[in-house]
Formats: sequence, structure tokens, C-alpha cells
Amino acid sequence: MELLRLATAGSVDDGKSTLIGRLLYDSKSIFEDQLESIEATSEARGSETVDLALLTDGLRAEREQGITIDVAHRYFATPKRKFIIGDTPGHIQYTRNMVTGASVADLAIVLIDARKGVLEQSRRHAFIASLLRIPHIVLAVNKMDLVDYSEDVFNEIHADFTAFAAKLDVGDLTFIPMSALNGDNVVDRSENMPWYEGSTLLHHLEEVHIASDRNLVDARFPVQYVIRPQTPEHPDYRGYAGTVAGGVFKKGDEVIVLPSGFTSKVEAVETADGELEQAFPPMACTIRLEDEIDISRGDMICRTNNQPESGQDIEAMVCWMSEFSELKPNAKLALKHTTRSVRAMVKDLRYRLDINTLHRDEDATSLTLNEIGRVKLRTTQPLFFDEYRRNRMTGSFILIDEATNVTVGAGMIVGSGS
Amino acid sequence: MGFSSDPTTNRQENVMNYQLSDVGALEAEAIHIIREVAAEFERPALLFSGGKDSILLLHMAIKAFAPAKVPFPIMHVDTGHNFDEVIQYRDRRVAETGVKLIVASVQEAIDKGLVTEETGPRASRNGLQTTALLEGIETHKFDALFGGARRDEEKARAKERVYSFRDEFGQWDPKGQRPELWNLYNGRHKQGEHFRVFPISNWTELDVWHYIADQKIDVPEIYYAHKRMVFERDGMWLADTPYITRMEGEELQERTVRFRTIGDASCTGAVDSDANDIHKVIEEVGATRVTERGATRADDRRTEAAMEDRKKEGYF
Repeated sequence: MELLRLATAGSVDDGKSTLIGRLLYDSKSIFEDQLESIEATSEARGSETVDLALLTDGLRAEREQGITIDVAHRYFATPKRKFIIGDTPGHIQYTRNMVTGASVADLAIVLIDARKGVLEQSRRHAFIASLLRIPHIVLAVNKMDLVDYSEDVFNEIHADFTAFAAKLDVGDLTFIPMSALNGDNVVDRSENMPWYEGSTLLHHLEEVHIASDRNLVDARFPVQYVIRPQTPEHPDYRGYAGTVAGGVFKKGDEVIVLPSGFTSKVEAVETADGELEQAFPPMACTIRLEDEIDISRGDMICRTNNQPESGQDIEAMVCWMSEFSELKPNAKLALKHTTRSVRAMVKDLRYRLDINTLHRDEDATSLTLNEIGRVKLRTTQPLFFDEYRRNRMTGSFILIDEATNVTVGAGMIVGSGS
Repeated sequence: MGFSSDPTTNRQENVMNYQLSDVGALEAEAIHIIREVAAEFERPALLFSGGKDSILLLHMAIKAFAPAKVPFPIMHVDTGHNFDEVIQYRDRRVAETGVKLIVASVQEAIDKGLVTEETGPRASRNGLQTTALLEGIETHKFDALFGGARRDEEKARAKERVYSFRDEFGQWDPKGQRPELWNLYNGRHKQGEHFRVFPISNWTELDVWHYIADQKIDVPEIYYAHKRMVFERDGMWLADTPYITRMEGEELQERTVRFRTIGDASCTGAVDSDANDIHKVIEEVGATRVTERGATRADDRRTEAAMEDRKKEGYF
């Protein structure tokens, strides 16, 4: 069975919690004690209906204020797939959370209220999903019951959004008209919209092809940990443990190790369960080489004839995530990329992007909380990277404030800066 | 939930398709996290209770560093109110694996006067664990502690990061959590601060059992159906142990039960069950309609935010 990670974006007003509640409920993933607990809370608050939002709002402050302040994780499974939902609130101040939830997602569900059409917020969510390279986006046109299940309304939203999405880098875009409240086209086909011939949401989630989303071409293995038992049974064992970040590794492959540039051949790819025929992302395994060369954490093993870019100058789209500081030219930060930790200096802020209009403000002098911009960085040590659009694992990094140790930025590499 | 009742079919990697199974992908994620912590922290330790989640963690830690030894010790926060089977299991496992065991004792904390024990028939040492845990962390100067918490267990846990930052008092600040992106974890901290790390955050109870079946992992026998003297309290079957005083009307009876979670014997309830082997347990868990903590943990029932409040103070 495959695992699909999905991100949902939207506000309570769009019926997002109802949609998630519906998916969990109809796939029998809500338990009786959870239902009883939220029924009791709803009743205590004087609400006449059961508030499914209480299922995802886990913290005291959220329940008291009726808001969602963070990414909540939910799990459900059908006979075909297992799903992890990263549910993020949709308000403007929560771009940070959506970026966080989107970073590992295979698919994003962007909710639209059929009565309101494509709002600024929907555009923002779609833009973040495309920036984070979520391979599949579903536009869930919700509350169709409130527009008489009108095909015209759906078509208008479809056309509006398609026009906007043309400006984005979106691989796969699917539109589904639904009513989460009544269950139309969520799990069961709607009898109210015979004009819609596509899949229900759950059917789409079960069937969407995700196997080709990973990079299986460019072999990349960031060394995470060197295993050297030095015991009587294994006096000379030396294995390089890590997670395959791209491509396929197998015995006999000619490889090069960066930064040293030494070459060797793969003697074995293995896990504790035994030798593997081949390793592919995101497997955690151990590689042994035929030659004894000096390799440590942060080094990159790749194929001789297919190497990542290497350098100290990079250009990246950065989302700033701190309310206590700003990104400014000359700022110095800690940077973590694959298993490599270095320091970085901001050389230039090329522009700040207005994520509602996609306008580039080249006069901007800083990035503040939830702002996204194109930034040039220089690092103390070379990084071995690919463009983020080619490989999410070797194209991403985080920025850390060296004084507070807090994660303040998320970066997606565009290319080498020079 | 429509899982196949044959656990072996759940773990077939589709090598032709370069596709990991769902449990295979979860295992890879967990091993990545365990190695990352071992590489970046100075003094990690693994919190081991003898419950299935921590057993899973230890199993994956062994796999992550094979054929070398696990490069950190395990720590048991011992309430003194244990099921004998669990302590026997712990000692057996330590002997088999050669891993180093550290015990942080609640009894010692009581004897030293660090905490006062609750009294009465509903007394529990659950809350006292926090003091023994934090004391153990301080004594051994641990900077990272692996825990077996899962996000599907409880609503506060659903919002906790994989790397959960704790200040010098061991406190969790739910609103001030660091963003966590891709598989890039930020474990930077100052002296005296530490992290709780949850490698199996994304596993469900059913995933855990599928993995135990797939990897043929030995677990304490009380997870399987057995006959036991129990009494009813708050809709749960509590075991007859020297650590609980029965109240009036709480009559003992022999029933066939099993434990879905293992914690302090005074607040962990058993469920009626005929599931006496792994396949039957998987079938039962797949069909159940009540969460494991809801069914079996008196400690989570105290208030709606019981877990959140305890976590803020430094609980697991």
C-alpha cells in the first residue's frame, strides 16, 4: 500500500474542517470516544450541531478562541492507500504554517467557497503549493449546495482559476465540485451534479499517480552517519548511512564523493535486513564502497557522470518565518542543507514577491514574517545542490538564527548565483 | 479501516516501481530521524517503557546502526508500579541487545522528598514521572530524548513537532514551536535545554502492529489476550495489583483481557479481548471504534486538556 501525504489549505469559512471531518468520518477514521468528546464540547458551548473543527483543533487556546494556530496531523486509510493530512490554517498570517505543511506534501487541496469564487486567499494557497512544488493540486469547489449545484458557477470558477494558474508552475490541476456538508462528491458520487463526470475527491486521492513524482534520475546520497563498529566480528567494516535523496544506487555503480572528488565503486547497498538489489528515494540504507576513502557526514555520494552543482554562491526563493527579525542584506545565518550545516551571508535581496498579485518589488530592502523573496546567499563551505524544481531534497534548505537557534527561513534553490 | 488481515501483504515493497510500502516509508523516515539525532547531539538517550512504541523505537535504533552497537543508552522512568511481565521483558531485551539501561526511579524521587505521593483509591504516580524524568535528564546531561509518542494518540500530540524543543525547565511551548520543513531538523540548543524527539510521530496504532508482525518483534505477553483478575472502574478493567485500593462495590472477577497500552499499572486499563496472537490483534485494532488512550488511560481523562497541561510541564 502506498503512502500519500496531503496538505489542506483554507479557512474554517470554506468548510475545510467539515471536509476533513467528512473524509475521516466516511472512511471510519473517527473513533467513538473522539466523537463523544467533541459532542460534549459542542454542547457545552451551546452549539446545536457537532463542530467537526474540534477534531483538528487540539490546543486549549485553539478551542477557547475557535482558531487554528498550527499544523495538525491527521491519519486515515482506505483499502488502497494510507493518508497523512497536514492541515494548515488559511489566514494571511499563516503562510509560514502552510509552507511547513506543504514542504513534504504529494498533493494539496485548495478550498474555494462556490458562492465567493476565486479569492485572494485561494490564489495565495495555490501559489504556495506551486512554489513548494507540490506535484498535484486539487481545487475543491465547495458549498455547491448553496449555489443550486450550478454547472455555470463551477465553470466560471474553473475558467478564473485556470487563467491564474497559467502563471504558476503547476504540474497537475484537478477541479472537483462538492458539498462537504452533504457529502456530495467527497466519498460518494453526487446525484445533484449529473453534469460532473470526473472523480470524487476520495477516488482521486486513491488513484492519482504519485510514483513518478520523485527524482529517479539523478543519484544523490548525502552521507548522514559513518558506521564503524571496530569490533572483533567487524574489524574493518565501514558503511555510509543515509537517506537516498535522488536516483537509484546499486552494487557496481561508479561513484564520486564530494567534496573530495575521489571515485570508487559501490560494493554493497544494504540495510539491517540484508543486501538490497537497489536503493531509491526515500530509502534509509547504508552504502559500502570498494575503496577506503575518507568520507564524513555532510559529504555527497553521486554518480561520476551525473553530479549536482557545487559552490558557495546560491540563489533561492526564501520564505521568512520569524516575527522577531527580518532578512536583510549582510545578515549572517546558520544554514542546513541535506546533512550539511554551514554559515551563510545574505548578499542581495533581488526582489520581494507579492504573493497575491505575483508582482516583484525590486525596491524591497527586507523580508518580514510570511514574506517571500528571491535572495542571493554566500556560504562558508560549498554546498552540493540541485534546483529545487528538479529535486526537493537536494534543493531545499533552512535558515537558523544563530543567536536564538530558531528556524527563521525556508529556502528553495533556483540556481547558482555568481 | 480496510487493511488486509494478513500482515505480510502490507509490507511488499514494489521494487519494479521503485515504491516503498506505507510501513516501509514510515520506517525509513524514523531511521533517518534516529541517525540525525545520533549525528548532531552530544548525549542522546532513548526513553524505554517496555510499551510497544518504545520497543519499536529500540528495534529501529538497532537497525539504524547495524552492525555497530546503538550509540546511546535507554532510560526507563520507573514508577515502581509495574506489571511484572513488563519488567521481565525489559531486562530480557537489555540482555539480548547489550544496550545500556538507566533507570530513573519515581520511588527514589519520593524517598528524597522531591515529590509527594497522591493518596486515596485514585492515586496515580503518573504525574510524578515528570519529576523523575527531568531529574534523570539533568543527572545524565542528556540533550536529546527519543520518545515513542504518536500524533494519532491524542489531540495535543497531533500538534507536536518531531523535534520538540524543551527549555531549561523541560517545558513545552505549543505556540512557540519551531517550523519543521522537509526532512531538515533543527536541533540547535543552548546548554541545559534539550529536545524530545519522536521518530514515529506519523505512525498509527495499526501501523505499529503491522510492523511488529512484519519484523517479528517480541512484545510483553500482556498485549495478547490472557486471563486476569480485574475490576471495573470508569468503564475500564483495571488489573488487581498491590498498587490500587479497590473502592466499595468494585468486585474482582476473572476475565479474558489484553492491554492496548502499557503504562503505570495503577492507571492503565485492560480491554475485553480474545486476540491471543498478532494476527488477531491486527484484526481487532483494525475494527475497533475507540482510540487506545480513550479506552485505557485514566490519566488522560482528568480534563479535556490533561495531556497538553502535563506536556507543558515536561511530561513525555
